[in-house]
Amino acid sequence: MLNNAILLVSITLMYSTPLVFGALGGVISERSGVVNIGIEGMMVIGAISAAAASYFTQNPWLAFLIAGLCGAAVAALHAIASVTFSANQTVSGVAINLLAPGIALFACRSMFDGAAMTPIVPKLPKIFGANAFAGTIWANLNMNVSTVIALALTIALWFVLYKTKWGLRVRAVGEHPAAADTLGINVYRTRFICVLVSGMLAGFGGAAMTTAIISQFTQTAISGHGFIALAAVIFGKWTPQGAYRACLLFGCTQALVVLLGGGAIVVPSQILAMLPYIMTIIVLVLFVGRSVAPRADGVPYIKGSR
Amino acid sequence: MNAFIKFLRKPLASAIVAIAVGFAVAAIVLAIAGFAPGPSFAALFQGALGRPKYIANVIIKATPILLTGVAVAFAYKTGLFNIGAEGQYIAGTIAATIVGVVFDFPAPIQILLVIVSGALAGALLGAFIGFLKARFGIHEVITSIMTNWIMLYLCNFVVSTDTFHKANSTSAIPINPSGYTMVLPNWKRSEAGIEFLNGIPWLKEVLLKTDLNFGFLIAVAVAILAGILLARTELGYELRAVGHNKDAARFAGINVEKNIILAMLISGTFCGLAGVLNITGISPHTITTIAAMEGYGFNGLSVAFIAGCSTVGCIPASLLFAGLIYGGMTVQEVMGAPSEIINIMIGTIVFFTALPGVTPLLAAWIERRKAPPEELATSHVEARHDAPAGDGAGHDASAKGGEEQPC
Repeated sequence: MLNNAILLVSITLMYSTPLVFGALGGVISERSGVVNIGIEGMMVIGAISAAAASYFTQNPWLAFLIAGLCGAAVAALHAIASVTFSANQTVSGVAINLLAPGIALFACRSMFDGAAMTPIVPKLPKIFGANAFAGTIWANLNMNVSTVIALALTIALWFVLYKTKWGLRVRAVGEHPAAADTLGINVYRTRFICVLVSGMLAGFGGAAMTTAIISQFTQTAISGHGFIALAAVIFGKWTPQGAYRACLLFGCTQALVVLLGGGAIVVPSQILAMLPYIMTIIVLVLFVGRSVAPRADGVPYIKGSR
Repeated sequence: MNAFIKFLRKPLASAIVAIAVGFAVAAIVLAIAGFAPGPSFAALFQGALGRPKYIANVIIKATPILLTGVAVAFAYKTGLFNIGAEGQYIAGTIAATIVGVVFDFPAPIQILLVIVSGALAGALLGAFIGFLKARFGIHEVITSIMTNWIMLYLCNFVVSTDTFHKANSTSAIPINPSGYTMVLPNWKRSEAGIEFLNGIPWLKEVLLKTDLNFGFLIAVAVAILAGILLARTELGYELRAVGHNKDAARFAGINVEKNIILAMLISGTFCGLAGVLNITGISPHTITTIAAMEGYGFNGLSVAFIAGCSTVGCIPASLLFAGLIYGGMTVQEVMGAPSEIINIMIGTIVFFTALPGVTPLLAAWIERRKAPPEELATSHVEARHDAPAGDGAGHDASAKGGEEQPC
């Protein structure tokens, strides 16, 4: 029983960590009024750049940061399109999702002699060091350091959004950019920064996958995580803490799938695999309900328009 | 100059610019990676249009993404983002396979039955998403993403069941041949057929070497009908009204909830149809275990957005998209360049179609250069510039319109 409980906790946290980064990215972008469908693509870029950087520098920490920068670089495209040029944010995000896997695989094949995956790369450390509690069940609780970073960033983002002047401005820009503009807040700059931060967080998410969980980049390293993160943003009603909870719930159902799959239950594995997705819908219907987006979410701001 | 400004304001201008930029970016990336862009593009065109059977294959590949594209465009026009096209597509393939395997009626009935069942599966899934939004206010993007995965696993489950699993394979049993929708599937392999086709080499190549089927005709008809439905009927008016401004629509006596469900139902029908036609039209005529999303629905998003969310515009957009993907395989064969270059190219095209604001902005900028604002303010009569006052006003209105409903 205790073993299962520990396993449940550890698998939950493992699954949810990359999602948390992506979801936080979604929260900050959408809170400033820019829909970011491109989280998935930014996570893919983070995943490949982290794996490649970790391989070439042998320094996973540096790789983690580089992944953030690369994610932000891709996000800059989204920002230029959707903030500077008032483009359709959804379309721009979809384009990022097409572009990013293309760039990632193209880069991967160029760097690693045509292979669609990287070699095994150095990983980020565990919180209690590599061999703590080795051989005991408690070793499962020796989580990746990225899990702690994810939690810390969630708290930090909550603090920034709700307890600082800048956070208030971000939220104002997302709710009513024209009003914010009249108060002297630079709507374009605020949104631009938020989208960049969003890309950085998504890049971390990709890195959390390739330098903490699977330790290499493969074509399917990020497959749908960005979209689940996006769902978590909406599920969590566009708040960092809500999104974090949504990711935990999702990770927890995934962990249940793993645990039940190994047990004596005679449910076909494919049906079991649906569980997280069905659970999400059920929880939404029963407990969460109507979600109200930031009022100006998805609407490009054009100065002077009402 | 005026003609140029006018042209810049047309949606087509953005599309052309986007495609040109797509090719340019691809050329640069190819050059950086050490592949000659010229021959690569030659291989691309050769691979997409070089032989009759290539053209036929492009049309075959365009069929499902045309339908999912129309589905996404349709939903978008009604204010819904159907990112669940993928799941509804899979639902269509599952239903088509089950019905096509279980029943074995004579051809016309069987075909109709299979097609209706697949379309219905897509429709129900779409309506379910619409219902959750209308009744519980759950964002369609979440439910769409969740149902995509649920359908993926459902597909794998059906493949794995004893009833449908084909021994020693990762597929289900193919549907009964009476459900096939290829062009003359039996005649073209009969002696008389082959003898006749020997006289027309290109037709022989197209018919015998590809799964040319009637799907594209159906898809084109759907694209046109969907356009008419949206633009010319009362239902279409209500759907668009709900998409444009829910509160105003409700105030005008339109049943918002019903229209949300209906819009998703129709959109889902198109996706289901895309799935069915792939089952009935091309081999292996069945579903296969899938590890990751195949992208029919997600490519539909790209098609719809390249087309500026015009359902009829999806027809050329889907052909362009299919041509690039199919021709891209030749680029890899001939040049050794990773075929991902095509994804980069398509991504760039979609990215620049996201900027329909750029060319009109450019037009407005040129115009403003010609007419300093003070002059506009003092008097329209004395204004020497040649842009009529109404022109500017019209642009403002369109800019705002574009802002609320960008497609």
